[in-house]
Amino acid sequence: MSSILTDKRTATLAGYVDDRVGASKIVKTFARKIFPDHWSFMLGEIALYTFVVLLISGTFLTFWYTPSMALTTYEGSYAPLVGQTVSEAYETTLNISFDIRGGLLMRQIHHWAALLFVAAILAHMARVFVTGAFRKPRELNWIVGCLLAILALAAGFTGYSLPDDLLSGNGLRIISGVIQAIPVVGTYLAFFIFGGEFPGEVIIPRLFILHVMLIPAALLALIGVHLGLLVLHKHMQFPAPGRTNTNVVGYPVFPVYAAKAGGFFFIVFGVVVLMAAVVTINPIWAYGPYDPSPIGAGTQPDWYILFVDGALRLMPGWLGPIPTEFTTFGYVWSLNILLPGAVVPGLMIMALFAYPWVEQWLSGDTREHHLLDRPRNKPTRTGLGVAALVFYVVMALAATNDLVATHFHISINDMTYVLRTLFFVGPPLAFWVTKRVCLGLQRRDRDLALHGRETGRIVRTADGEYFEVHEPLDVYERWNLVQQEADQLVPLPTGKASGLDKLRARMSAFFFEDRIEPVTPAELEAAHAHDDGHGRALEGDTDPHAVSASGRGSETGHGH
Amino acid sequence: MKDSPTTEHNDAGPSHGGVGTDLAAPEGAALDNRFANPGLPAHRYRTTDIDPAAAKRAERQVSTIFLLSAVGTLVFLVGYFALPIDDDKSLGRLQLSTMVLGLGLGFAIFLIGIGLVHWAKTLMPDHEQIELRHDIRGTDEERRDASNIILDGVEESGIMRRTVIRNSLIGAMAILPIPAVVLFRDLGPLPGTVLRESLWEEGVRLTRDPDGTPIRAADVTFGSVFHVIPDGLSESSHPIEEKAKAAVLLIRIQPEDVQPLEGDLAVRNDWDYDGIYAYSKICTHVGCPVALYEQQTHHLLCPCHQSTFDLTQHCKVIFGPAKRPLPQLPITVDGEGYLVASGPFPEPPGPSYWERGASA
Ligand code: HEM
Ligand code: FES
Repeated sequence: MSSILTDKRTATLAGYVDDRVGASKIVKTFARKIFPDHWSFMLGEIALYTFVVLLISGTFLTFWYTPSMALTTYEGSYAPLVGQTVSEAYETTLNISFDIRGGLLMRQIHHWAALLFVAAILAHMARVFVTGAFRKPRELNWIVGCLLAILALAAGFTGYSLPDDLLSGNGLRIISGVIQAIPVVGTYLAFFIFGGEFPGEVIIPRLFILHVMLIPAALLALIGVHLGLLVLHKHMQFPAPGRTNTNVVGYPVFPVYAAKAGGFFFIVFGVVVLMAAVVTINPIWAYGPYDPSPIGAGTQPDWYILFVDGALRLMPGWLGPIPTEFTTFGYVWSLNILLPGAVVPGLMIMALFAYPWVEQWLSGDTREHHLLDRPRNKPTRTGLGVAALVFYVVMALAATNDLVATHFHISINDMTYVLRTLFFVGPPLAFWVTKRVCLGLQRRDRDLALHGRETGRIVRTADGEYFEVHEPLDVYERWNLVQQEADQLVPLPTGKASGLDKLRARMSAFFFEDRIEPVTPAELEAAHAHDDGHGRALEGDTDPHAVSASGRGSETGHGH
Repeated sequence: MKDSPTTEHNDAGPSHGGVGTDLAAPEGAALDNRFANPGLPAHRYRTTDIDPAAAKRAERQVSTIFLLSAVGTLVFLVGYFALPIDDDKSLGRLQLSTMVLGLGLGFAIFLIGIGLVHWAKTLMPDHEQIELRHDIRGTDEERRDASNIILDGVEESGIMRRTVIRNSLIGAMAILPIPAVVLFRDLGPLPGTVLRESLWEEGVRLTRDPDGTPIRAADVTFGSVFHVIPDGLSESSHPIEEKAKAAVLLIRIQPEDVQPLEGDLAVRNDWDYDGIYAYSKICTHVGCPVALYEQQTHHLLCPCHQSTFDLTQHCKVIFGPAKRPLPQLPITVDGEGYLVASGPFPEPPGPSYWERGASA
């Protein structure tokens, strides 16, 4: 082994650092930690890297941006707006775009990175959900992840408002309207947040400090916790030959993983810059400064806020003759705003936070899990995930109802009726279809494990019967199809069952009743006997590469 | 048990849970009715591992990619200095500058990444390695020790014995956050009645948005729409806040197209002037400007969430999330033939709020 200590100068430097921070211990602990590889693990990485891009590009923007709503007359380089009264926030955002070389590029980098950041977080969450990566011992990290997702939305929304252009101003107007609708304290809250009537003169500076300090700091801290827990728990891995619940199979951090992950950072950063170079985003000069009176058709927020906006659009103010806003003792209950604007998002967030515990309660499974589930093997969970996604997408689509309607020449009202129906019908339907698909895929896995792969070769037996030759899977291929545990139901306790017990048993049945049992060796043997009788199977069930027949063997066999 | 291989079987199921941290592991469970993990398949070598020429080729590829990245940086620098945006202020020049800078920088960054990944994939060792997991929880002994330390510490501090200290501390701490909340009181003024008030009152002229010129009734032709602000808006102390309440739409329609109101509201039947109707432009949903007018149907549409108000029914909501009609501004003409308000809005314009009360 060639030691880094053979070079004298590095040795001195390394020694210097080690004397002061104990670097050698840190290197020993972390440099060879093993990380498993899978494309879906890159989603979280994209989120992390776009966050870094946001920190870099955002800091650049702060050198010129002025978070002030004081009015001034625009005198900059964009001729069509010269002479207009605009806020300093709007003016300086224009200046960044038109007078600073690379400024527009930086704004577009910042905005594209923001869109990608939120997208990556949500995709990462979906991955964690459908693979069951939130199970014990990682429930707390799921909570941290949910907080990160909420903060990401907050970061995006506060940033979106900063240029003080027409679109973002209308977004704030909507927020102020939703806040005012909160019973009892709403009006006061709105006055405190906006420093008086909408829009006031303080909301931009307040959002600015949230946007550039409080929210990034909280994100940074939580990302630290998130990654700290990741290192503590070690990464999960997909089940595969040699991968067990008690090991991690993959590449060492140094050098392979570091090179790949580091390289991937540059790839993500590079792609964001390339997008910013060629695709315009948020051309605030075309929207004009905020003014409470004008507005264009097709006003949409950034994509991740669409679902709230869409929910607001779906909710009718009148259900036939019944109003959804009413007054009791002179006080107003605006359910038309509260339900879609606060209750629906609130329930969604609560469901998100609670899910790991709900599932744990229904499976009664409190063991540690370090192997991911293949989504098809958990049909109910995967179905719920897809249903949630459809719910989200229907609401987001609703926020584009005017664009879709004009594009396809249908009436906005019809479009809205269809989406209102989908709001209720879509998620259960998606659940049902997904669950069936998962069960179907499991059945196919079973078949494949039992009877092998179709080869397309037809063989005629001596008695004149025709058969397609099936080629059995080798043990490695087969393992992926048979490794999962059968799901267990929580039964009703014997003796007196409380209402809660009954609920639990019923929900547990809903979760786990429909299931396909994994193939057992006995079944395989029986199938082989059967197939052989028909001359279907070929030889070749054993694999010369098999290290050992047991999981333990695989661990010791490849020790490090 | 903790380090045993575990993927095989577990038939313990739900009852297996319980306290502590069992790994999903068998405890003498019947292994024979589950398959055994076959272990890692044999390693497959890459061509770069076996063929020195392939390795050499990969090496050349990686270094070429890094050199191309440097070219990107040069493109950026040339673009920065050769394409000023202050002498040519056209959008075209700006776009060109953005594109050259962005493509240069983008490829410079992107290619570093591609080079690193290609290097790692072709030339760095790709033997998968195995690390064992260990229990997250401490051993029973560690748990016992830890809880003893805490108990001892609590005992040493005397917090459980010296109840006077403890209770006074709890009491003091309980009220300590109050200043932190109170301090935020001055974030904004109390609402009072300002949401009910707007610049409109009897005699205030209707003027064009944004230039503030007054509108002669004779200029309002059938089907035309005027975006209106009250006279004197720009001199008011908070013009934007006032505009957010006072913006008005002015539309002329055949008076017989409008269904007359009955009962208490019948007084409003003459709030128009000769078929010229003035309605608040601020949506009663959450406050966007209701800026779209469909001439044929006489519908006003809010672009934010598509609340639709029917002018022929005094701006009653006929679709969408808003519940209340747009407040109507009573108007007439002054001595010079200019349109003026004949009174304030009958109710607060804009979105609902808790204290707003019922509307007509
Ligand atoms: C943490 C995640 C962040 C997200 C999701 C985010 C998102 C956004 C968005 C969408 C905009 C509007 C951009 C536009 O089109 O003009 C914006 C503006 C801005 N952001 Fe961020 N940002 C983040 C972090 C930061 C950080 C860390 C800083 C500074 C330290 C920063 C500084 C700014 C500034 C100064 C603006 C206003 C200038 C402008 O709009 O061009 N941002 N942000
Ligand atoms: S603000 Fe007008 S419909 Fe929502």
